[in-house]
Amino acid sequence: MIRYILRRLLGAIPTLFLVVTVAFFLIRIAPGGPFDAERALEPTVLANLNAYFHLDKPLYEQYFRYLGNLLQGDMGPSFFRRDFSVHELLADGLPVSMLLGSLALLMAVVFGSILGCIAALRQNSWIDYTVIAIATFGITVPNFVVAPILALIFGVALNLLPTGGWGGGHPANLVMPVIALGLPQVAVIARLIRGAMIEALRSDHVRTARAYGLPTRMIVVTHSLRAACLPAVSYLGPAAAGLLTGSIVIEQVFGLPGIGREFVNAALSRDYTLVMGTVIVIAVFVLIFNLIVDILYAALDPRVRYE
Amino acid sequence: MLFQPLRKTLLVTTIMVACAGAISAQTYMRGNDSDPETLDQHKTSTVVEANLLRDLYEGLVIYNTKAETIPGVASDWTISDDGLVYTFNIREDAQWSNGDPVTAGDFVFSFNRIMQPATAAKYANILYPIKGSEAINKGEGEGVELGAKAIDDKTLEITLERPTPFFIELLTHQTALPLHQASVEQHGDDFVRPGNMISNGAYTLVSFRPNDMIVMQKNENFHDAENVAIETINYIPFEDRANCARRFEAGEVHSCSDIAAEQIDDLKSRLGDAVRVAPYLGVYYYGINTAREPFDDVRIRQAMSMSIDREFLAESIWAGAMIPATGWVPPGIGNYVDPQPSMEYADLPMLDREDRALELMIEAGYGPDNPLEVEISYNTSENHENTANAIADMWSAIGINVTYQQRDASAHYAMLRDEKIHDVARAGWIGDYSDPQNFLFLNRADNPGFNYGNYNNPEHDALLDKAANTVDLEERAQILAEAETMLLRDMPQMPLLYYSSLSLVSDKLQGWEDNIQNVHPTRFMSITE
Repeated sequence: MIRYILRRLLGAIPTLFLVVTVAFFLIRIAPGGPFDAERALEPTVLANLNAYFHLDKPLYEQYFRYLGNLLQGDMGPSFFRRDFSVHELLADGLPVSMLLGSLALLMAVVFGSILGCIAALRQNSWIDYTVIAIATFGITVPNFVVAPILALIFGVALNLLPTGGWGGGHPANLVMPVIALGLPQVAVIARLIRGAMIEALRSDHVRTARAYGLPTRMIVVTHSLRAACLPAVSYLGPAAAGLLTGSIVIEQVFGLPGIGREFVNAALSRDYTLVMGTVIVIAVFVLIFNLIVDILYAALDPRVRYE
Repeated sequence: MLFQPLRKTLLVTTIMVACAGAISAQTYMRGNDSDPETLDQHKTSTVVEANLLRDLYEGLVIYNTKAETIPGVASDWTISDDGLVYTFNIREDAQWSNGDPVTAGDFVFSFNRIMQPATAAKYANILYPIKGSEAINKGEGEGVELGAKAIDDKTLEITLERPTPFFIELLTHQTALPLHQASVEQHGDDFVRPGNMISNGAYTLVSFRPNDMIVMQKNENFHDAENVAIETINYIPFEDRANCARRFEAGEVHSCSDIAAEQIDDLKSRLGDAVRVAPYLGVYYYGINTAREPFDDVRIRQAMSMSIDREFLAESIWAGAMIPATGWVPPGIGNYVDPQPSMEYADLPMLDREDRALELMIEAGYGPDNPLEVEISYNTSENHENTANAIADMWSAIGINVTYQQRDASAHYAMLRDEKIHDVARAGWIGDYSDPQNFLFLNRADNPGFNYGNYNNPEHDALLDKAANTVDLEERAQILAEAETMLLRDMPQMPLLYYSSLSLVSDKLQGWEDNIQNVHPTRFMSITE
């Protein structure tokens, strides 16, 4: 298994290289540059700035300079946040996004599987319909609607929770962002688990287990849930990568210092180096979580082997 | 059994929440439009940064709460008869936050630094009135000496290229703030970081976390520290204006620096006087590309301008957050004539204006039977989109068919600067200082960065040159008014609206006065419970 992981990690290097290259040229194709704003700059001033950031050099030279620096772990200075390096901005924002994302993920897994199981076991009962209704609501109502509504109710009207801000990572400041971020995921997981669970409960080996007279709890937890987890696990891989690398909507609405907000601001202000930095972080997360999913798959499903 | 720990948790959570929600009387939770690009005064260019730096540093002159220019680090100054040499006396008790005295040399160092091409200062040109600065900044400065010198530690002499009646006001701009030479030399570009930054204003920098907050603490070495009431300022960036409004309503912030236009009516009805709408030195306009046919025909440009119902735009599209424009230069500006030049049809009823516009279009060979195709370019924003839609509707009455070209801000302004492939393009300008020159220079032929109408009228430019060399303020104002009148006649860029500043201000916050520059120095404010 270690050999498998090593092989996968080595295989990730060319992928990452490709992502860096494509992203580097794509963001440069976008019209406009980091210094184009409502206030146009004097040509000399613009020339000074371009020289300062080496933007006056040919593109291929900039590319190789960037790659060279990147290999030494230097992601360069931010063009738009000139008091910070890209490394500092990511080191500052990523823990915030990861904390929010992992709590939302936890919430999704715990509540999603509980709701999904209950609905499957009580199929076509009012419980089932309620869960399906909640799940459909969670999936269809976007979080840019849910988040401000939560803030208005619990922050402005009831004054129970801070309406926004990070507050140094105070638990009270995390409650609403995590709920808003996790809710759609709870819904998706609940639906996936419910579907797979219903299928698993009808499968031959579960029927056999029932025939042997095994207790229901054991049938559900040991024999059905394991199989029912598979679709949820394969969904959770990319979903986790997305959750942990920040949500622009949640971070914007609650005013949190994560990297999701940074990524969008960077793209809009053509902060080339910061865009590259966030792209690299997201790519690394996607690669890692895909690997984790594959390993989990083998652990959960005996038919899958590392080849 | 289950309920005991649950109750405990609930209790603890409630207490923690209560602590997190409360704001102490000494701390000003201050909303800002966004994070600064930098806290290096020489690399800044935006209002966001101006707000922060105004609290951190004190320039030779400063704004008071009414945006009037008053002495800052300079206790007084004299101006030579020809208007070229300014001599400033630096106050004896001016100190840096580490206790060092503020000297004339600190200003000389600062002015020299901003002009060095290596500094890559975005806004160096605002200080070009200082003798020799333009040449130095353009890298042609060999042997050129900057017109700023320290006669002694407490006397600063600034020599100008030409008389500049608004020079004193220019010095309120953040680019003219002093720098603590020793710390800049020690830390290089990192002098702006918390712990490194030595400032001379009412506050010092404690911490800066991007997207979270900037914390400032009262500077005990500030010469007027005894009159500074607020101990701590937490500057919070709000790109999402609605987020600031929510936190304001929840009592978590004391002021918001902007309000989403669509929220104004609702907030006014619920918050009353906390919603502040004040005239602001800014104009919202459409540049008409006179280099393209048929927009080189002044009749078409006039017809376009005439048929726009600016009252409707201001009231219905912008919910009263804007003021209908009657001319190019916003009202209330300093050093100008009264009344200010206006479009000759500004007071006519809309129906008459539409009739006249239609006549002009028909004269120029267009009209409902032969419609003119016009593309409106604008940068992405709901309000810009709604404005363009409303104008398209107004123009359809005089035979203009509109298509739209939407780009994000960076792409939009790059197009305007480089390719200039627009028919009509949206832009806006917020003045840096209260002088008509700061608005009229936008239409100079040699100012391609802003001249989105591609206006090329040597007569107009000659008037601006003449004004630049006129010392007598009244005479100068007349010349500038003549230039504006010419501009409004030729209409290469049509003014649509004047900006208002929009703020939410808590009744606990004392000393916030609405003013045309929208400047609100924290040192003059206080918080009551």
